[in-house]
This record gives sequence, structure tokens and C-alpha cells, in this order.
Amino acid sequence: MNVAIARYGAGNVRSVELALRRLGAQLTDDLATADLAILPGVGSARSCMEGLGASVEVLRERHAAGKPILGICLGLQLALEESEEDGGVPGLGIVPGRAVRLQDERVPRIGWATVDPGGEAYWFAHSYAAKSPATVATSEGHSAIVEHGSFTGVQFHPEKSGAAGARFLERCLSRV
Amino acid sequence: MPLPRLIPCLDVAGGRVVKGVKFQGLRDVGDPVELGAAYSGAGADELVFLDISATIGAQAAAVGVAGRVAEQVTIPFTFGGGIRSLADASAVLEAGADKISVNSAALARPALIEELARSLGSQAVVVAIDTEGGRVRSHAATRDAARDTVAWAQECEQRGAGELLVTSIDRDGTQDGYDLEQLAALRDAVSLPVIASGGAGNAAHIAAALAVAQAALLASILHENPARLVTLRDELRDLGVHLRDAA
Repeated sequence: MNVAIARYGAGNVRSVELALRRLGAQLTDDLATADLAILPGVGSARSCMEGLGASVEVLRERHAAGKPILGICLGLQLALEESEEDGGVPGLGIVPGRAVRLQDERVPRIGWATVDPGGEAYWFAHSYAAKSPATVATSEGHSAIVEHGSFTGVQFHPEKSGAAGARFLERCLSRV
Repeated sequence: MPLPRLIPCLDVAGGRVVKGVKFQGLRDVGDPVELGAAYSGAGADELVFLDISATIGAQAAAVGVAGRVAEQVTIPFTFGGGIRSLADASAVLEAGADKISVNSAALARPALIEELARSLGSQAVVVAIDTEGGRVRSHAATRDAARDTVAWAQECEQRGAGELLVTSIDRDGTQDGYDLEQLAALRDAVSLPVIASGGAGNAAHIAAALAVAQAALLASILHENPARLVTLRDELRDLGVHLRDAA
């Protein structure tokens, strides 16, 4: 199993790498041909989109060809058509919908929260969330998982969600 | 809202977990990776590592510790102590930490909070506030920062902080209970998550803090003993606090 992580000079890529290695995945730099591409994301939408550069087209082509992509947190939001962060940032547009600012009592929304269906608790740390018809699971009313074609996006951080997160990543790898 | 969080705090110096009273007579009590992993196994929701050495070279040691922790611990952790610039913070996050915490450096130059938030995202930026009698203390609480605690908390929020770690200096180490009045004032003044710190002596104290704050930092109550965290979680559940099922 070859997994490539999209790099854009920001974000907590090392934790994702470590989590994948623990599950026995081989890491590769080739975003186009890897069995699974991961779009991680920590930081701001604009700087991440700018940092992605040429990877934007590679990811769009991957999606068009039906090859699996997993977006994590901001990586999910970047796959949408647009994010309202930083005054409006166009996304990859491979998943319908947009990322909107949370209106919760406490923002950022930080902590462990359950995802339904399933009922497992995962680690969330976000100020924006997807409004998308591709949402297949929610957490306290927020989009937690989206699926659209070969793209799966999670608003939570499986790489930081202990045993539950490892089980989730294992299922992602087993489906590829 | 996400589930209430219990966050063991480990003081580190020279790459080791240390314990000391008022920063005097530091004693080596273990390896940060081993203790961190044990707390994670005992059901911790997050970990905080505070480098209290504040010596030359401490920053490089912190990056090393963060990197080793990330290899073994699969829950989020925050690193604080000695972070004075975006470069310092980025190095710790790239090593695998999820958040950094700043205290005196932000008081000395509040624009640092904006720089960190813009580049790293607010969710990664914790501002630690040491408070006594409603006033902010700085430099490991040894100096009066000449600021009102609530006003500083609001300024931190406006500048892009993602969370506040609020330590009541008058309660710290006393095990007499958290400063609930101060925490309630902050809850009403800001819409950021607040981590309560200072004064935990028993489960009832923690339950009371979690009624006004989103998380409780646990330091001296644990005595570097992960087994104590297991019993505390059980006691909190008996008190009706809905904690994460960490299995």
C-alpha cells in the first residue's frame, strides 16, 4: 500500500505520516500514482491553497480518474468549491459545497466529539466546517465526513484520535 | 459542545519530566514519552508539556521532546515554555505537537499572537494566562504584568488566540479547588475554549471547573501517577460528568 501526502509547507504532516507508518503503509512522494493520496491540513485556507501549487491539478486529475483521496480537516474544506475563510478562497472544487464559519458558543471548536452514525468520539480542532450535500456523517450538527466519488473527507483528525482514529485510518487503507 | 477534557500537565526541563516547588529543587521524575504514553493509556484527552527550564538551548530540547512524544502518543498535545517566535512555534508543530502555548512572550509583544494565528491557525495557538486577584502575572508568575485578566483575555481573543489556559496563581499547588469566580468571569467575557488550571484537589473540584470551563489541567493532583487519572475519571463519571470513552 503506497500512500502519498500532499505537502504545502504547512500543517502537521508528521503526525499523519507516523499514524500511517504504524498501520504498515509505505509512504511515497508521487501524488499522482500512489494508491491513496492524503490532503492534510492545519493552518489557513489561503496559505494552504497557495502552498499546494501544482498539486492542485494532480489532485483534480486523481479525483476525475476515480483514485482515492482522503482529506483531513482543512484538507476536507479545501476540496470544496469555496471556503469563506480569509475573505473567500476558491477550493479544489472536487466536492460540492463550501466551508463556512462555525456559529458555535465556543470557537474554535476544540475537543473530542462523537460522530454519527457510528457513535465514536474523535478529535476536532476547527473554526470552519463544510456545508455540503456530500456529508455522510455529522458531529453535533456539523459535517464530520463527506464522500464524493473517490474523495473522502473528515473534519476530525484521525491521526490524533487515539485507538478510534487508528481504526478509522485502517478502514480507509483497507478500502483502497 | 465537545466533551469536557482532562489534560495532565507535565513540566519538562532538559528533556526530562521534573517536579519542583516554586521552580526550586527540581527533581527528575521520568521520561516525557513514557509518562505521556501512560497518561494517554489512562484516558487523558490531551497532554500539555511545559518546558520550565527557560535556559539557552531549551528550545532545541523542546523540539526533540515533541518529536519523540509524537512517535508514541496518538492523542493531541500542546508544548509551551520558551516559545518566542513563529519559527520556535513552527518547529514544535512540525515535530508533531498540535498546539503551542505562549505566555510572557505574548505579554511582551502581543502582535506575536496574530503572527502565530495567521500562519498556524487559531486552533494551534494557546495563550497561557497566570492570574492572581484578577491581575495578570508574567515570567513564571514572578512579575506583575500590569494588565487586568479579563481585558487581556479579550485582547488575546481579538488577536486570534484559539484557547486560553488560565492558571490561578493563588490556587496553584494548594489543592483547595479552582478559582471558579475568575473562570466564570472569563467564560462570560470571551467565546474561546478555556482550560482551567490551578487548585485541583479532588474530583468535585474538577467537576465544578468543568461546569464553567471546557477543560481542566491536572498537575499536582496526579503526582505523576497515571493510575490516579483512571480513578479520577471514574469519580467524575459518578459525579455525572460526561467524559470520553477512551477505549
